[in-house]
Amino acid sequence: MQETYEKIPVLKIGDFLITSIQVALHDRLALSLQDDILNKIQETNAKGLIIDVTTIDVLDSFITRVLVEIAKMANIMGVKTVLVGLQPAIAITLVEFGMELTGMHTSLNLEKGLEMLKELVKENEV
Amino acid sequence: MGGIEETVPINDEYDIVTARSQGKSTAASIGFGLVDQTRISTAISELARNILRYADSGVVYIREVASEGATGVEIVAEDHGPGIADLELAMTNGHTTGGGLGAGLPGTKRLMDEFEIDTEVGRGTIVTARKWV
Ligand SMILES: Nc1ncnc2c1ncn2[C@@H]1O[C@H](COP(=O)(O)OP(=O)(O)OP(=O)(O)O)[C@@H](O)[C@H]1O
Ligand SMILES: [Mg+2]
Repeated sequence: MQETYEKIPVLKIGDFLITSIQVALHDRLALSLQDDILNKIQETNAKGLIIDVTTIDVLDSFITRVLVEIAKMANIMGVKTVLVGLQPAIAITLVEFGMELTGMHTSLNLEKGLEMLKELVKENEV
Repeated sequence: MGGIEETVPINDEYDIVTARSQGKSTAASIGFGLVDQTRISTAISELARNILRYADSGVVYIREVASEGATGVEIVAEDHGPGIADLELAMTNGHTTGGGLGAGLPGTKRLMDEFEIDTEVGRGTIVTARKWV
């Protein structure tokens, strides 16, 4: 069995937290990412969150639910979430399956995601 | 017909990751396109997770099948867990006994072309799903 030391880094850049999921997400790793992000939001007073899923090639209901939970809790803490790089094949599969990525925005790539997040944070502050 | 056949034992959550990536690569070698590969591996992930959650352990078989000139993939998720008492209820969107959303089985059925469940209380559950290229 693999060890549980593996961790997905959550970086702070300015007012934003950025995390890029580069490994195969198993359930416990997804839940620990959720904890780490929420702790980091509290510690840093971040205003926006980017979750980069470019390298994820399959999502299932559990992982999707964790992503939705993260965005929901982040929102309660005043943080907007943008999901970046979701593969079209995954988006299609999620819709057919009957799952929705509610409570977050999606963007094609990191650069567009950052622009989108800046706008969302600005709106949030008005 | 030299069909591909993969066997993935499901005993912990890492095995779910293995099953879905195995499913994706097997679907690719059978000739499925990217969207179908994604549908198939998502279906496998759901069935493997149900095995782990409700039966503790089991096996997922992923194999190439052929019928009347068509090629496809067959997923068999087999366990010797508690079985399902009310199959119709289990297939209803929103019904769960495991604190989920009750979306797994009905969603999986939608992603695949054929879907059958053979289950007996106290004996276990075999879910068979097929998709054609
Ligand atoms: N392998 C199995 N053995 C025993 N019962 C099962 C098995 N698979 C599913 N079930 C039963 O069928 C119900 C519906 O399963 P389904 O996968 O649709 O939803 P869920 O697992 O409860 O929630 P979700 O998949 O949305 O997280 C489960 O709550 C469980 O009672
Ligand atoms: Mg399920």
